[in-house]
Amino acid sequence: MTVHTLSVLVENKPGVLARVSGLFSRRGFNIESLAVGPTENPEVSRMTIVVAVEELPLEQVTKQLNKLVNVIKIVELEAGSAVQRELLLVKVRADATVRSQVLETVQLFRAKVVDVSPEALTVEATGTSDKIGALLRMLEPYGIRELVQSGMVAVGRGARSITAASPR
Amino acid sequence: MTSATSRSDAKPGPTAPGVPGARPKPAPPAGTPVRVTGAQSLVRSLEAVGAEVVFGIPGGTILPAYDPLLDSTKVRHILVRHEQGAGHAATGYAQATGKVGVCMATSGPGATNLVTPLADANMDSVPVVAITGQQSRNLIGTDAFQEADICGITMPVTKHNFLVTDPAEIPRAIAEAFHLASTGRPGPVLVDIPKDVLQEMTSFSWPPELRLPGYRPTLRPHGKQVREAAKLIAKAQRPVLYVGGGVIKAEASEQLLALAELTGIPVATTLMARGAFPDSHRQHVGMPGMHGSVAAVASMQRADLLVALGARFDDRVTGQLSSFAPEAKIVHADIDPAEISKNRKADVPIVGDCKEIIGELIDAVKTEFEHERPDLSDWWTQVDAWREDYPAGYEWPDDGSLSPQYVIERIGELAGPDAVYAAGVGQHQMWAAQFVKYEKPRTWLNSGGLGTMGYAVPAAMGAQFGLPGTQVWAIDGDGCFQMTNQELATCAIEGAPIKVAVINNGNLGMVRQWQNLFYSERYSNTDLGTHKHRIPDFTLLAEALGCAGLRCESKADVDATIRRAMEINDRPVVIDFVVGKDAQVWPMVAAGTGNDEIMAVRGIRPLFDDDEVSQEAAEAAAEGEQA
Repeated sequence: MTVHTLSVLVENKPGVLARVSGLFSRRGFNIESLAVGPTENPEVSRMTIVVAVEELPLEQVTKQLNKLVNVIKIVELEAGSAVQRELLLVKVRADATVRSQVLETVQLFRAKVVDVSPEALTVEATGTSDKIGALLRMLEPYGIRELVQSGMVAVGRGARSITAASPR
Repeated sequence: MTSATSRSDAKPGPTAPGVPGARPKPAPPAGTPVRVTGAQSLVRSLEAVGAEVVFGIPGGTILPAYDPLLDSTKVRHILVRHEQGAGHAATGYAQATGKVGVCMATSGPGATNLVTPLADANMDSVPVVAITGQQSRNLIGTDAFQEADICGITMPVTKHNFLVTDPAEIPRAIAEAFHLASTGRPGPVLVDIPKDVLQEMTSFSWPPELRLPGYRPTLRPHGKQVREAAKLIAKAQRPVLYVGGGVIKAEASEQLLALAELTGIPVATTLMARGAFPDSHRQHVGMPGMHGSVAAVASMQRADLLVALGARFDDRVTGQLSSFAPEAKIVHADIDPAEISKNRKADVPIVGDCKEIIGELIDAVKTEFEHERPDLSDWWTQVDAWREDYPAGYEWPDDGSLSPQYVIERIGELAGPDAVYAAGVGQHQMWAAQFVKYEKPRTWLNSGGLGTMGYAVPAAMGAQFGLPGTQVWAIDGDGCFQMTNQELATCAIEGAPIKVAVINNGNLGMVRQWQNLFYSERYSNTDLGTHKHRIPDFTLLAEALGCAGLRCESKADVDATIRRAMEINDRPVVIDFVVGKDAQVWPMVAAGTGNDEIMAVRGIRPLFDDDEVSQEAAEAAAEGEQA
């Protein structure tokens, strides 16, 4: 199955997230990741939904989403022509013996240390799923105490923008 | 016979109940805001949007709305006996009239009782608006008395729903609800209004501005797609028009007739489309699907082109999808883009309103026919052979009991094509689809998608209030009838003289048929005892509910009983037709099998070379070969 990233503009109203997630579960589609946030227009929110489906079911997902009255627009963002980012906060066990090695890894990935304690470091990283995955693999041997990860957000490259007003 | 006291002064139809002293204030000019309560705003909005009849039951949280409703001369409220009845009545009203049906209920159980009819209307794309009371805003989310998250509950079974949290938003919510329900692919919309929102003072002005940025149904088809479809029609040797309920919703019967006569293509009308095309027309080949005619099923299986108009390739039509119409190219016209290529990939997708599409298709086909016009005579020879060899029919039961098919056929004959027929779900529904001859759209009401037993009586009631002068028949089963017959009390008191034919075979007939065919005749829990014990006695039950109760047990009495029922117009009539329990619905495509395996009657499979069900044929079918 291929992974698709959908950028979905929805009305900023209560219950819209439930409508979207309910639609996915009831039609048997799995959401890999979902991120919701405000846009430049306060009446409009953007959902970035990552789904793993084949082409034909994807068409069905898109059409069913479009039928939701609160959904304004759906655009699929191709990996090659979009900037995709996830945010990771991870608490790594790092006492004095390994701290410098952990810090080296953090620097290699251009991540940041946002909290320090004698036993652990909290690292903040942003990047593509691949980069986040690679960082986690590197940190794993030291012992991951806690991990928080956001859904993916994405924006198309170039000057063109996806807004509620622009044509589909 | 006893009679309900108020019956004599109740008249059918959307006339206002003549409450003395109810004098509504004259409406202010449009657009001028006036100070009203939320409840008054709701009733004024319903008046402004043209709602004539509301089916409902009051209760705690919707109470404020019922007060101004008492004064309305434009909106007639029909007090039903169960909210499910209100929902199906709204559906029946909408199906029969084409207008939006409206139902109203209180919060909690009142609202949850609407769930089944809303799901029903959603599956069959019926424009219905449900208005529910809700607990006051400060109590929402506290598990208050009669609180239910009806927006959450109905989210998957409505086209859309609203929770109104500001009384100023009531007119817009109602206007948007009616707009959403009736445009695009129609469907049910629920508006949930907290009690304190109904009580609060607000201003009312009409018309409100609709704010639906994400709702833009496509009505006009793409010209290129229409021309592509016309090209396929001009080339097809074995085409079939596969007509669904969308044609009725789009009021496109006239255009369909013109297209059919222009092209000479056989027409199959689905369960939802019965009446979209006249049954008496030579080109009509019957209903497709599980219990469709052999001619319709076979012609679709062998077609090289299916022109699907407002249909959705439902599993009850296609049978096993992988073996459905294997050689056919597909033109799929529907107003809902999500239906196109959902089940069967369309070669030519056309999104739009069926009336517009068929209209443009006629012009495009005329242009194509100037160059090329297919000769369908060989195809018709084949289709006619199927029709002649396997006509709709039935056998009389061996045990001398009354044939249910005969009863239904006679009702259709005597009541005629101007009557409206509503059915429940099961054997009687299929027989009513097969043996009543429909000539006009909106004369056949049934629960197609959801298959809701108990639909017939309340739906017939709704249709009767929408069409006061029309004869409305509910063709019901004894199982279905026992689910919703309480609405006969509503019919009797509010003046809806519907006729109910209970096709009483004493059993849950369709389930029994499957037990007979697929469960080694082990009849688990399908005998209702309505024969054995005559419980309930349907004639006594009818009289208790303020209706005339008749019974018919022999062929000789059938016509006379139907005629007697037709003469009684001052109250509803219930006829207990005591019929044999062993009659079965044929033809049949067994669930999960391909349409090639259609059986005209038990053991007779017309699409196999050998009429007998042989082991060889079964094996060949299993290997996906066609005999």
